[in-house]
Amino acid sequence: MAEFTADLGGTRYVFAGLSELLAAASPPRSGDELAGIAAVNAAHRAAAQQALAEVPLARFLDEVVVPYETDEVTRLIIDGHDAAAFAPVAHMTVGDFRDWLLSDAATTPVLTALASGLTPEMVAAVSKLMRNQDLIAVARKCRVEVAFRTTLGLPGRLASRLQPNHPSDDPAGIVAATLDGLLLGSGDAVIGVNPVTDSVGNAITLLEVLDELRQRHSIPTQSCVLTHVTNTIEIMARGGPVDLVFQSVAGTEAANRGFGVDLAILREAHEAALSLKRGTLGDNVMYFETGQGSALSADAHHGVDQQTLEARAYAVARAFRPLLVNTVVGFIGPEYLYDGKQIIRAGLEDHFCGKLLGLPMGVDVCYTNHAEADQDDMDTLATLLAVAGVNFLIAVPGADDVMLNYQSLSFHDVLYLRSTLGLRPAPEFEAWLAGTGLARPDGRLRALDQDALPAQRFLALASGTDG
Amino acid sequence: MAERPPVRHEPDPQQPDPWARLRAATPARIGLGQVGDAQPTRAVLAFQAAHALARDAVHARLDAAALAAALADPPAIRVRSLAPDRPTYLRRPDLGRRLDPACLPSLPKGDHDLALIVVDGLSATGIAAHAPALVAAIKARLPRDLGLAPLVVAEEGRVALGDEIAEALGARAVVVIIGERPGLTVPDSVGAYLTYAPKRGTRDAERNCISNIHRNGGLSYAAAADKIVWFAGEMLRRRLSGVALKDDQLISLTGSAS
Repeated sequence: MAEFTADLGGTRYVFAGLSELLAAASPPRSGDELAGIAAVNAAHRAAAQQALAEVPLARFLDEVVVPYETDEVTRLIIDGHDAAAFAPVAHMTVGDFRDWLLSDAATTPVLTALASGLTPEMVAAVSKLMRNQDLIAVARKCRVEVAFRTTLGLPGRLASRLQPNHPSDDPAGIVAATLDGLLLGSGDAVIGVNPVTDSVGNAITLLEVLDELRQRHSIPTQSCVLTHVTNTIEIMARGGPVDLVFQSVAGTEAANRGFGVDLAILREAHEAALSLKRGTLGDNVMYFETGQGSALSADAHHGVDQQTLEARAYAVARAFRPLLVNTVVGFIGPEYLYDGKQIIRAGLEDHFCGKLLGLPMGVDVCYTNHAEADQDDMDTLATLLAVAGVNFLIAVPGADDVMLNYQSLSFHDVLYLRSTLGLRPAPEFEAWLAGTGLARPDGRLRALDQDALPAQRFLALASGTDG
Repeated sequence: MAERPPVRHEPDPQQPDPWARLRAATPARIGLGQVGDAQPTRAVLAFQAAHALARDAVHARLDAAALAAALADPPAIRVRSLAPDRPTYLRRPDLGRRLDPACLPSLPKGDHDLALIVVDGLSATGIAAHAPALVAAIKARLPRDLGLAPLVVAEEGRVALGDEIAEALGARAVVVIIGERPGLTVPDSVGAYLTYAPKRGTRDAERNCISNIHRNGGLSYAAAADKIVWFAGEMLRRRLSGVALKDDQLISLTGSAS
């Protein structure tokens, strides 16, 4: 393991290896401080960024941050590396790579072709040299299109996951929140419920309720109950209506073991879901959630900074051609991302890294009540992500998740983003909103407008108050 | 085109409200109305007020002495984590998972089937409100021949603190009842984490969790206690916990009763 050095302000800074260098170069966040690997001060961080800019990208193929022999995620990254795709940037340093990404040479098709040639560590490294505007500008050039019953990731579109959680999984309550979201134009990415308990029977009940609602109203979307992958395998075996397989994943084998998963079980679930052939427009059938800090939380971080490990989780996701991947950026708490500034930075990093690696990246713009953040910070991050071309955002009634006890975006917030930035829902869903009359001819959603009769009729029909 | 005056698209109290039945089904903030794309002032202010209450609940201190006295006869044993105060607790979860060694002498080593540990977690408000009734409901349902360790109340604790306490008590399994992170609708929710063979370093995938125990649309004390006691029995019978232990049987056992 060679040393890296940089001179700054009359001091020589020495970094013992890539992991130490990456951690010290990372913009400040509480999780790296908790792990004891953050830069000790601002000059230390600036020196690390200078040293990192000089590291050849090819170096990341030779010096792995988590041992190859003992970590299947490292093996996935190294064994799956596409040398031909990497060739156009193989001669660059991390600093050169930043300049090139921002240049006119890095067009949308060029970046699409490059994705399989990049490793998570390369992408994480370059992000550490980028300002927020760089993360936005480059991510905006990336395009990752996927499909199941809707097409996601098209330019000029912003989809949303409708998250109708209920504190005791009451189907009537989940339907009520789903109708609220549909009337406000959400749900084109997925209608996805987090169940309270890990029960196969309960998950089947909820899947059947959502599938019945979707079919009765011919809603072009997919549904998901976000239970453990082993449960979903069992549900598929029992013939439950599974559109998408969900799983939380992390960037090391040990952290994934903490989630009770490995690559083999994900492969088994992926193949089972593909065999159901429920997608009408495409066969992207996986849904992954991630978040900085999960590896440290499971004591499985190997001395690697949380943002690099987060990018490694995307290597896991990318192996399964997912429909949806989102970082739950502010959910994990202030010990990993302390305040609004850190959450905003991390959300932009995660979106950038996921998109550059070729993932259909979404974000749960969110925070908890023990973090130093509020809805103003969420407005800022959501606006920046929509500018950056995020595939989808998560939305819940009134921004208040009454089951997971945290704040995300509201359905209203998605309407604000679409109208302010001229973005539209997924085309199939947009056509459904127009066809049902839920959207006005100008595309605006006005569910509670007194002359919004189609909305009132839909509500009466769907909630069973029409008879 | 003629200018239209701005319209406030809020529910009209004079009209029959199509949302009434839906609102009865969920505590979620549905049918809020619209001003343009945004939420009406009334909804925005209600959200901000709830956020203020939740923020205050996070920083509240547990009256551990009163709780220990209310929980048991004789009073529960009181311990604390290595986190000295709430600000440190919030930034250093590692300290909240470790028992203050000064508390070890107060935990008598025995030979028990189950330890029941009450921890403030992120809502001392929730623990103060629900722990006495929930613990009573659990104790009423436990089999007579089950060996229960002395009750413990822990301050500034995380879930994993229970592993070290149960190990010190000599318990084969542990139930940790802990204050959950306050939400806007419910600042006083509690959860129960069940672990077989608890010890320092136990992984989260080796636990089973029952969350959202509170009185605002969440699990009732009786329903939660049914689940907890069923899980505890299965853990001890099958000698495992976590993702390998699913609660299908529970659903078929309790059915509509839950």
